[in-house]
Amino acid sequence: MNKVTTDVLIVGGGPAGMSAAVAASGNDDVRITVVDDNPRIGGQIWRAELGKLKSVEALELLALLDQQWITLVNNASVFSNDGSSVLAETPSGRIQIEYKSLILATGARERLLPFPGWTLPNVLGAAGLQALVKGGLDVQDKRIVVAGTGPLLLVAAEYLTSKGARIVAICEQTTNKKLDRFALGLWRSPSKIVQGISLRSKLRGIPYYRNAWVTKADLQSVTIQHFGQTTDIECDMFACGFHLVPNIELAQLLGCEVADGFVSVDDYQQTSISDVYCAGEPTSIGGVEAAVVEGKIAGFAATGQIIEANSLFRARKKTTAFAKALDQAFELRDELKTLAASSTIVCRCEDVQYGKLTDHDDFRMAKLQTRCGMGACQGRICGAAVEFLFGWKDRSVRPPIFPVKMENL
Amino acid sequence: MSYDVVIVGSGIVGAACAASLSASRLRVLVLDSSGIATGTTAAGMGHIVLMDDSEAQLALTGYSRKLWNTLAQELPADAEYEHCGTIWVAADEDEMNEVRRKQIVYASHGSDAEILDGRALRELEPNLRGGLAGGLLVQDDSVVYQLCATKFLIERAARYGTTIRTGTNVIEISDDGVRLENGEVIAAGVIINAAGVFASELSPELKIVKRKGHLAITERYPNFVRHQLIELGYLKSAHGSDGDSVAFNVQPRITGQILLGSSRQFGVESNQIDFEILKRMTNRAFEYMPDLKTLSTVRVWTGFRPATSDNLPYIGKIPGHENVYAAAGHEGLGITTSLGTAELLTSAILGKKPAIPIEPYLPSRTITEH
Repeated sequence: MNKVTTDVLIVGGGPAGMSAAVAASGNDDVRITVVDDNPRIGGQIWRAELGKLKSVEALELLALLDQQWITLVNNASVFSNDGSSVLAETPSGRIQIEYKSLILATGARERLLPFPGWTLPNVLGAAGLQALVKGGLDVQDKRIVVAGTGPLLLVAAEYLTSKGARIVAICEQTTNKKLDRFALGLWRSPSKIVQGISLRSKLRGIPYYRNAWVTKADLQSVTIQHFGQTTDIECDMFACGFHLVPNIELAQLLGCEVADGFVSVDDYQQTSISDVYCAGEPTSIGGVEAAVVEGKIAGFAATGQIIEANSLFRARKKTTAFAKALDQAFELRDELKTLAASSTIVCRCEDVQYGKLTDHDDFRMAKLQTRCGMGACQGRICGAAVEFLFGWKDRSVRPPIFPVKMENL
Repeated sequence: MSYDVVIVGSGIVGAACAASLSASRLRVLVLDSSGIATGTTAAGMGHIVLMDDSEAQLALTGYSRKLWNTLAQELPADAEYEHCGTIWVAADEDEMNEVRRKQIVYASHGSDAEILDGRALRELEPNLRGGLAGGLLVQDDSVVYQLCATKFLIERAARYGTTIRTGTNVIEISDDGVRLENGEVIAAGVIINAAGVFASELSPELKIVKRKGHLAITERYPNFVRHQLIELGYLKSAHGSDGDSVAFNVQPRITGQILLGSSRQFGVESNQIDFEILKRMTNRAFEYMPDLKTLSTVRVWTGFRPATSDNLPYIGKIPGHENVYAAAGHEGLGITTSLGTAELLTSAILGKKPAIPIEPYLPSRTITEH
């Protein structure tokens, strides 16, 4: 087994991790290692842009990352900790990376909720479909309905449109009131309002429904509930995502304190464990700007650059407020808890139906009796769903936090 | 409300006792500090297996296996009872001698077992490496998803009138009943300590220690393994009572998943995964089944077996008590021996003749009264 030592280890090479690495490199005396589970860094948001980069910020970071004291380890998924080291699986076997400080920048994933038809092949996550198209899926002239909640719906719709898809409708579950309050707040966040406007103009002509949510889907259409009426909308594909869920499994495995589903951090992004920092979506869903500023603070703080870290507190105050506004604006409505029928599958790995779960008091008992959440995705999809549906929060985490080849354990 | 019997512990042993005693029209209460089957039962493998480490073990596993095979017809589908058999794998000629010895012992107990040569072994299990000497196929062994089997037993007990209180912590057992953490006292004619690894906390007379184990489960690879496979060296490993040990022990699940064991460690309290012994465990498995290396492993977990010094459970009255019984200390065989334990204990409590002699399992065998 390959063993590596480093001063600062950063897990995740998205905006938060890249920013942390660049900030940390301000201290010439430290060796920095970034591990990422994808072939290319950039995270969910920047990855596809690398090489033909639109984001100036990403480009700058990428240039700065090209320093000899920053080591990038791609295709490495961290599946466990072992003392003050982590274990990662790579195509060429297992590596162990020992660190002095650790920065967790593990990002977020899409929240999917069960409704009749959600497991059909033409039904995908909004971000999931976007990722598939980035990977080469052809959506030219496909009629697509985009539904769920959150800013990602607009981003996905814009991207799919640019790839030749015909977006038939966008359905946002939240209320007019919440959306309006959120839009007003955007004035305090200039770069975001520009983003918002350019998105809206590109999407002009596409019906955008608020207060609208899916109730079921089949192979030809989706049924949308909108102001007490149900409407069937014909489409070839249905992209449906309910905002984001933070990836906190590694933080949990390390024993970091978690509150309300997010990793608790202090002013310097340090978790409840000293020398373990966390930045970006695992601390609150705040998007790329929050990830960048938190990543920088963590990178500075982890390498003793306290003045530099302090200078970013004001900027972070804004991104934190934005994250809070996002949270309020796209809060899930209770009606979404009633979509699944008794026979609707909740856990796709283990084929566990909604009706099999309703007897249980907590996730552990449901798991033991039905194996809900015990399949290959390790509850990453259904865990967030049952938390919303039943209020079950007791997600136990143990290694490996990603499936690994047995020889790499 | 008073009860004829209070059972402390709702693992598979407590659940089986509840089902058996309530079927005999006793009013039963089951208490568990956590939920149903959340201790050793939840962590185990669900292998129903005949074992001949001692005459008494052979008698109890044989009797229990018979009870399982009868119960099988009533088990619900989610108990995933599968009559897949066990193959004891012999690596070399030395171990083939053990195969032949074992076959004779099993036959004398009325259990057919078939001796396999190296070729026959590979035909049955193509993913075993070449060059193994052979094995012993024990057809009548099975696997079961023990969690749903336990739920089935608890639900049966409940239908016969048993009351179940989970999240209820018992802090004291006496001849008159039990005392709970919240101060409540529950009176009962008979108290059964079925608290698994916690049994000796409540009944210090019972000498039960924790023996830690690791298990790993893969994604779905249907037919990769078809029988429960155990290396014959397991016996040495399982009962060499001092140091840490590992053995090749693999189980096919109905889902196509493969459950891999096993490790044994004494004197470890932490439930954390120990990567060093896990590595030894998987390496041992690769020696027998090299292609396991590339299978995707979804989960690894640990558990604690309630072990006694002579590898036999405590079943029967605890010395120095009038009304307190033990059903504990089943080590790694609790799933198999739960049903036999329950029947023996029911006979003892009702003063009936047991189906097999209970003496070898009585707590008094290793305990002197004080």
